[in-house]
Amino acid sequence: MSTFWSIWISVIVLGTIFGCWWLLFATRKSQTTDTETEKTMGHSFDGIEEYDNPLPKWWFYLFVATCIFGLVYLALYPGLGNWQGLLGWTQEKQWEQEVQQAEARYGEIYAQYGSTPIPELSQNGDAMEMGQRLFANNCSVCHGSAGRGSVGFPNLTDDAWLYGGDPDTILETLHNGRQGNMPAKGTMPNMTADQVDQVVNYVLSFSNRAQDEQAAEAGAEVYAQACVACHGADGTGNQALGAPNLTDDSWLYGSTYEWIEETVLYGRQNVMPAQGDRLSDDQIHILAGYVYSLSND
Amino acid sequence: MKHEIVEKNLGLMSVLILLVISGGFLAEIVPLFFIEETNEPVAGLEPLDPLELEGRDIYIREGCHVCHTQMIRPFRAETERYGHYSVAGEFVYDRPFLWGSKRTGPDLARVGGRYSDSWQRMHLYDPRSVVPESNMPAFPWLFEDRVDHTKTAGKLETLQTLGVPYTDEQIEGAAEEVRGEFEIDALVAYLQQLGTVISDKR
Repeated sequence: MSTFWSIWISVIVLGTIFGCWWLLFATRKSQTTDTETEKTMGHSFDGIEEYDNPLPKWWFYLFVATCIFGLVYLALYPGLGNWQGLLGWTQEKQWEQEVQQAEARYGEIYAQYGSTPIPELSQNGDAMEMGQRLFANNCSVCHGSAGRGSVGFPNLTDDAWLYGGDPDTILETLHNGRQGNMPAKGTMPNMTADQVDQVVNYVLSFSNRAQDEQAAEAGAEVYAQACVACHGADGTGNQALGAPNLTDDSWLYGSTYEWIEETVLYGRQNVMPAQGDRLSDDQIHILAGYVYSLSND
Repeated sequence: MKHEIVEKNLGLMSVLILLVISGGFLAEIVPLFFIEETNEPVAGLEPLDPLELEGRDIYIREGCHVCHTQMIRPFRAETERYGHYSVAGEFVYDRPFLWGSKRTGPDLARVGGRYSDSWQRMHLYDPRSVVPESNMPAFPWLFEDRVDHTKTAGKLETLQTLGVPYTDEQIEGAAEEVRGEFEIDALVAYLQQLGTVISDKR
């Protein structure tokens, strides 16, 4: 803050306090005892008169104490422009202190599990209670409080993984997040409406649910052009790309003809936000253990 | 001094009252208009692009700021949940700022990037579909209504007058940029950039 504003603030603040002080004493009645008298102010409105008594002493000195409190406060804390206060207090420092205290208290509790291998960690009751809390606070909003997900948000309790369910992959997913992207009509942007119908039937045929066997047969060719690069020739997907397995009964966006048709027509974009910037490494480690425990009992 | 003089001269009393109540304003508020700490944008802060700006106006229209604050105070309990505490330099292009004062829902100052776009859309279409215990109202009409692009350029121009560094090209292209966009996309674009200039580990 520039010197001008520093002085501006100091003059107004101190001026106000001393102004109050002056007003208090300047308007004080000459009579300073607590003794009440019959003397009136000398005016009468509709027969109502006012006694001319001084302020009660305790009240008067309370005013004085307020002024003194204000001055002491301004000496100790930053309030007068650039004056930092004798205590050197700032709200940032107080926050840092709070965080340090918490770090000293809770950091160890997290750290004791930081190097436990994740499969072992997922068997540890105490760690998993912590993991459950971390999950409830940070993950349940999308994946559900039981980790079962919903449309567009993966179920973590089944054994179907988009990117892999081994400890290192879970850690990687948590730290850096994931960007899922299925382009509309796969790698065949000029897919016709008939071909869409065929390929949807073909995808359904992986789980023996094709509505139109003929279309499904024709769909194999479309699939080979549009989908095979990511989902593989046998439809089992590719975890390196996050391409789902189409042959199991786990569906991120619904398994009916209509849902799959929509997916083919418009594609799907999905994001798992990275947690590496938000949570400490130890917290993520415990969370990974919890996520691992959901599908590995 | 005789107190009667003040009590019996309305003009004098008015002047003195004005002096007393403007003391706080002059000392606590006026300097903030001029000092660097509150007027310098934090490093990396960009003015909202036209779509985000329209999203901000939808945020205000729907009254989001009535239940959601955009101000993380420097207490550990808050920074644990919401992220780095808010600093003045993040809000220099906000006119008016949307700090709010009451949290029925959580603070949104750093909600940007915290959830995926599709989560935001589902949540705004039907909050209970993703957060069963939520008492937030649903906003399904955002998915049908289009952004009113006719006033976008004017909004940018007004902000430019007030010191937000929009370029003339941005103002010129503003209407085209938002024409035909659904309101939900504008709102999600606005939400997804909130507080993303500053980030740090908890």
